This record gives sequence, C-alpha cells and structure tokens, in this order.
Amino acid sequence: MGLFETKLPEGTRHFGVLAEYGTPGELVRACEHVRDAGYKRWDAHSPFPVHGIERAMGLRPTPLPWFVLVLGLGGAIGGFGMQYWVHEIAYPLVISGKPFMSWPAYLPITFELGVLGGASAAVLALLGLSQLPTHHHPLFNSARFERATDDGFFISIESWDPKFDAHATAEFLRGTGAAHVELVEAAGEPA
Amino acid sequence: MSHGHQRDAVRPEEVTLPATSLWQRMPWVGLALGVVGLGAAWALSGSDHRQFYFSWLVSFMFFLSIALGGLFFVLAHFASKAGWSVAVRRIAEHAMATLPWFALLFVPVLFGMHDLFHWTHADAVAHDHLLQAKAPYLDTTFFYIRAAVYFVAWIALALYFARRSRAQDESGDHGITRRLQAVSAPGIAIFAVTVSFAAIDWLMTLDPHWYSTIFGVYFFSGAVVAIYSFMILVLTSMRRAGPMRGIVTVEHLHDLGKLLWAFTVFWTYIAFSQYFLIWYGNIPEETLWYIHRMEGSWLGVTRLLAVGHFVLPFLFLMSHKVKRSRWLAVGALWMLAMHWVDIYWLAMPVLHPEGAQFGLVDVAALTSVGGFFLAAFALALRRSALLPLRDPRLPESLSFENI
Repeated sequence: MGLFETKLPEGTRHFGVLAEYGTPGELVRACEHVRDAGYKRWDAHSPFPVHGIERAMGLRPTPLPWFVLVLGLGGAIGGFGMQYWVHEIAYPLVISGKPFMSWPAYLPITFELGVLGGASAAVLALLGLSQLPTHHHPLFNSARFERATDDGFFISIESWDPKFDAHATAEFLRGTGAAHVELVEAAGEPA
Repeated sequence: MSHGHQRDAVRPEEVTLPATSLWQRMPWVGLALGVVGLGAAWALSGSDHRQFYFSWLVSFMFFLSIALGGLFFVLAHFASKAGWSVAVRRIAEHAMATLPWFALLFVPVLFGMHDLFHWTHADAVAHDHLLQAKAPYLDTTFFYIRAAVYFVAWIALALYFARRSRAQDESGDHGITRRLQAVSAPGIAIFAVTVSFAAIDWLMTLDPHWYSTIFGVYFFSGAVVAIYSFMILVLTSMRRAGPMRGIVTVEHLHDLGKLLWAFTVFWTYIAFSQYFLIWYGNIPEETLWYIHRMEGSWLGVTRLLAVGHFVLPFLFLMSHKVKRSRWLAVGALWMLAMHWVDIYWLAMPVLHPEGAQFGLVDVAALTSVGGFFLAAFALALRRSALLPLRDPRLPESLSFENI
C-alpha cells in the first residue's frame, strides 16, 4: 500500500485522542483552547466548512498558491517557448505573410497552457498537501468518527505531539467542553 | 456563523448620511462644478468646437459607464439572488439612479453630431461606397430614435429597481425581492442589447469605416470595471467618515476587489480578442483603426493601456492581502483612471490622428460631467438609507465572511 497509507511513527500504539463537540461554535472555541495550549499535531473535523476555524486553529496560510504560480508560469513560458522554437528555429514557415516571430498568434496557446499548468498544479498540490488519496486512516477505528460526515464535530490530537499525554490530554479536551472523549488505537481491525 | 462582526439588523440612523458629511453638500458643489466646467470647456475650446464636443463625449461616456455599470450590478445581483452584496447594493442603485440625468448630458452630443460623426456629412457619404452601404443604419433620424430607445430602457429599468428597493425600506415586503428577481433576467437581456448598440453608436461610429463585432462587450467590460472601482472608493470613504463602519466590512470590500480583478482580466480578454482577430485577418478596413492608435504618441497610450489596465493591476490586485487592506482603494482609483484612458483612447484618435493632445478642455469637460454626475449621485444618497434596510437577505450580507 505504502503511498495510500497513513504513516505513523515507529511503535505507536495509540493514534491519539478524539473529542466530540455538539455544535460548530463549540468546536471553534475548543480549537482556540487547543491552539493556545501549544499542541502542534492535531486536527479538527466537521461535516462542512466552518468560518473562522483557520484562525481558531492557528493555521498558517497554505503554500498552494505558490505551486499554482510556479506551474502556471511554467506552462505559459513552456507554451510560448514551444511555439517560438517551432516557428523560428525548427520549422520556419511563412504564414499569411507574417513574420516568423508573430507573438500575438502565440498568446492563445500560451494562455491555455498557463491555465493547464496552474489548474493541474492546484489539483495535484491539493492532493499532495492533504495526503490524498488515503484509503484508510486510524481515526476510522472509532465508530463515533463516522458522524464527522454527518452531524459530528471532532478534534483529534495525535499521540506523537510533544505535549501529548494519553490521560492529561483527554482530561484537557474534556475541559474544553467535549461531549465525549476517547483514545483511538493506531492499528485497528482490517476494514 | 462564528465570532467577529455578527449582527442581524441595522438601525436606520447607522446607515444615514450624517449632517456633517461632505456628501450632504455635494449636490450644490457638483452642480457648481458642472456649470463652471461646462462654461470653461466651451470658452477654452474657442472656435474649435470639435475639441469641445470630443472632450464632452469622452467625459460623458466615462461617467455614463459608471451609471450603466451600477445598473448591471443591480440586475446581476437580483438575477443571481446574491446574498453577500445586499449591504453594498444601494451604492450601485444610487449610481444607476443618475441615468435620467445622462439624457440631459447627452444634449451637447446631439448639438455636436456634425462635428463628431463623419457619417453625418452628406458629401462624404456621396463619395464613399462603404458609407453608402451603411447608410440605412448610419442615419441621423434613426440615430435619434435609437438613442431615445436606449435612454427610455435604462431609465425605466433604473427607476423601477431603485424605487421598488426604496419601497421595501418602508414596507419590508419580501414579494418585492421576488418581483425584482423575476424582472432582472429580461432586464439583463434589454441591458445587453441597448448597451452594445449605444457603444456602437456613440463610440464605434466615430470611425464609420471600422467595425468590430465584440465592441459592445468591450465597452461593457470597462463599465463593470468602473462600477466596482467606484463602489470601492465610495464605500472606503464612507467607512472612514463614519456611516457604514462595522456594517460594510473588509469582507464586502474583499469581494468587490475580487470582482474588480476578475473584470480587469475580462476586459483584457475582450481587448486582446478584438485586437487578435483584426491583426490575424489583416483586412485594411479593420486594421486601420489599430494603426491610427499606434502612430505618434498614441502608441504610448496603447502601451499604457496594456500595462496599466492589465499587467500592473493583474499583479497588484491578485494578492489577498492587498484586497483586504487600504491599498484596494488605491487600486480602484488607478483602475478608474485607466478606464478613463481607455475611453479617451477609443474616441480621441479620430480628432487628433497625429498624437494624443490632452488639454484643458478635456479637464474642464471631465470636471463638468463629473460634477453633474456626483451631484445626481449625492441627491440619491441623501434621499434614502445607505443600504436596503429590510431586504430579506440583509442578515446574510451583514454576517458575510470570506474565510
């Protein structure tokens, strides 16, 4: 499997602690507590996008735009360069009496390849940065977690976070208003 | 949904112009500027009435495009059942409410038809095969009828939407929103046809041999850039001065900035498409128009448009941080200036084929039409609340967040 599997540090017995909240508002407030407590390896799960949760989680801006910029420019330069090479160097032909280097004629393809590069970069970098596709995740070992796609709001803190302690972290999450807290096994029954 | 500026309703006094606002005095200031500018433009042009009429036409089309852009904003807002833009919609409604005044501001164009439009010269048409072929359309009477149709359509749409929207402030009737949504779609069709033909009649036929089938869209794309720029500037100034602060937020400005950026790209797409097809086809009647704009100092203006109306704003307004900061207003002011350069570049090479001659008559005409426009806009501002007080989607707009 390799590529499609979540890699956990050697010898991890527990994936981490999973806490459930009743409403998006409680989730956002709990995220602020987790952020302020200094946890680094953790995530929030919701059935739908929640406004303001990036700030509450203290997420850094995504590097995705830089992938799009570089590949978009690459596509545009490649598209222009390809036509320049064909018309000026490899196979110069007089077309409707215009110079070989007729740059306006190159722009549609330059634009399209720029869009192709940028759009491909957006999709591929999104998959890469989100570590998708992943066919299984240790959080699926929790039966409750199924509700993350329905009406459940969750925070998971991973066991290899420097501040993690199975007991103290669970207590801490209970203190943030979690309705239910559980320890999630790293290795579950094969689905 | 979350923390931040969450509110469900506004009190009328929060969205009314304060008595000390400069906008309260603007009807008189604008009227004075308009009259003085008109007199100055006429006097400064001396015996050269062509200069006066061309300068007037450029200024007229520039401010008309803002008003038409406002009409488009309102129609598109209702057709798409937009929620985010309710809090800023009234500004566009006030901009389009100036359209009846433009029927008056059009009168100098009628007086100057002989100086503006080569096709009105019977002797020129007699020796010109192309103009004879176009004579059924380029006919003075038909021109008057078309202009009347455009103004009737625009004024009817603008007043209908503005009045129903104000009526909702009083009644809170949700049926008004449904009714305006239903009218907006056919309204867009009427808008598209009339604006395209108005652009053809008032700008394209200045060079009667030339034609471009995309010209109406070209003018439209500039008008939309103009209204977003104008709204950003008005809202920024209001937020600084007091009313609308905490109601129209950086979230609304961010979205207006995104649309401004998008339509800057759209303008470029249309402008390049027009240039590209004419360059590729290489037919003399079509290419001459561009050749005139690449001679003498016009080449510099053409390059300024390519860089200033596309490259710089494309890079500058792309950033999310810029659109959420005060720099957005700088970008909007720049785009408004570039839109004026665009209109100037469309019309003026007909008068000064040897090179751009920007002068005091242009400044005076711009001051005059701008004064009348701002006076009309301020009158509308004073007449009602600065946002649709009882629109059913106002709470959605007030709590709107991008991220």
